[in-house]
Amino acid sequence: MAKVSMTVNGKAASGDVEGRTLLSSFLREQLGLTGTHVGCDTSQCGACVVHVDGKAVKACSMLAQEAEGAEVATIEGQANADGSLNTIQQAFQDHHGLQCGFCTPGMVMSAAALLKDNPKPTEAEIRDYLEGNLCRCTGYHNIVKAIMAASGQDVSSIAAE
Amino acid sequence: MYEFEFEKPSTVAEAVAALADEDAQALGGGQTLIPTLKQRLAMPSKLVSLTGIPQLKELSDNGGMLTIGGAVTHAEVAAAAAGSYPALAELASHIGDPAVRNRGTIGGSLANNDPAACYPAAALGSGATIVTNAREITADDYFQGLFETALNEGEIITAVRFPVPEKANYQKFLQPASRFALVGVFAAKYAAGVRVAVTGASEEGVFRWHEAEAALDASFAPDALNGLSVDAGSMIGDLHGSKEYRAHLVGVMTKRAVAAAG
Repeated sequence: MAKVSMTVNGKAASGDVEGRTLLSSFLREQLGLTGTHVGCDTSQCGACVVHVDGKAVKACSMLAQEAEGAEVATIEGQANADGSLNTIQQAFQDHHGLQCGFCTPGMVMSAAALLKDNPKPTEAEIRDYLEGNLCRCTGYHNIVKAIMAASGQDVSSIAAE
Repeated sequence: MYEFEFEKPSTVAEAVAALADEDAQALGGGQTLIPTLKQRLAMPSKLVSLTGIPQLKELSDNGGMLTIGGAVTHAEVAAAAAGSYPALAELASHIGDPAVRNRGTIGGSLANNDPAACYPAAALGSGATIVTNAREITADDYFQGLFETALNEGEIITAVRFPVPEKANYQKFLQPASRFALVGVFAAKYAAGVRVAVTGASEEGVFRWHEAEAALDASFAPDALNGLSVDAGSMIGDLHGSKEYRAHLVGVMTKRAVAAAG
């Protein structure tokens, strides 16, 4: 076991981990941050996307010790300070960007990473960026619409709800 | 995953020493290795992370020669090479998905040498030099078959040197589930001649299509490839595409790469 320390959603966090402990396991099982979902065992679904030093990564495909000293952001840290939904989360609600909700934490974290680098993405750019985030309910249209809306763009041209 | 020790050295020398242990394995971004470990398809005693070594994160553009550290991520290559070597940047920006590109490294991809990976096509198509802790290996000598390279046990890719061509392009026919290339072709025109490297297609891994290179040396235009084809017998045939289909795609994607390179 080795001690690992990082900043998670602005707060110091540490714990003892094995070499093989994944960042997703550390967040979920040791910090109790179960908003980071693990939807597959093959690194394909993207439900576990978090930000490490500002970059979207799959927490299930990174060892916890690789995040030593890093700034980690998870879905639990996305809401506004008063607890209300942030712009992206609110847009997902307004535009019905989720059904079962399992993929939503990863979708929101990927959307946040996209909008940080590209504040006004086109519909094609959004779909391209979500390559690594699988949703088995919505057919993606309303997720794309929510992200367009969160970026302050007109969504009337995107496929109907 | 089976248990393993983890080390994260900060110098190449420390990493080489850590890798001397039996069954120790180098860890780049882990975007192939960690899924492999999760499936219990590998059982290293120790993983030695190469992502904490500043020397391996260096990038330099020396007027016509782009040098990329072994632990530079695909996303970083996509950003850094956009001006100097756009075809390489474009290739890097379409590997996997954004989260994979933020972790996966060029050294990891080349050391793994997946027969459907993109970077081997860029390295072979550019006549790149693979620089390790011990020596320099030309791309022509480096790739030795499926998941086989010239690397010795414990040898680390410290950098990859890409000579920048006059023009180049990479065309990837996507296998939509894996995001790997069903067939990918990298075509590059240098003063010394044209190089065409094909990934995803052959049972022997990435290869140069010499016949196409000779035709393109005479005329760098898609029509120069008319009538040329690769032997379907050595192609990969699987549920995603037959040998004949892949052989056909090699011709089509090479033409597209030449057309797009202009």
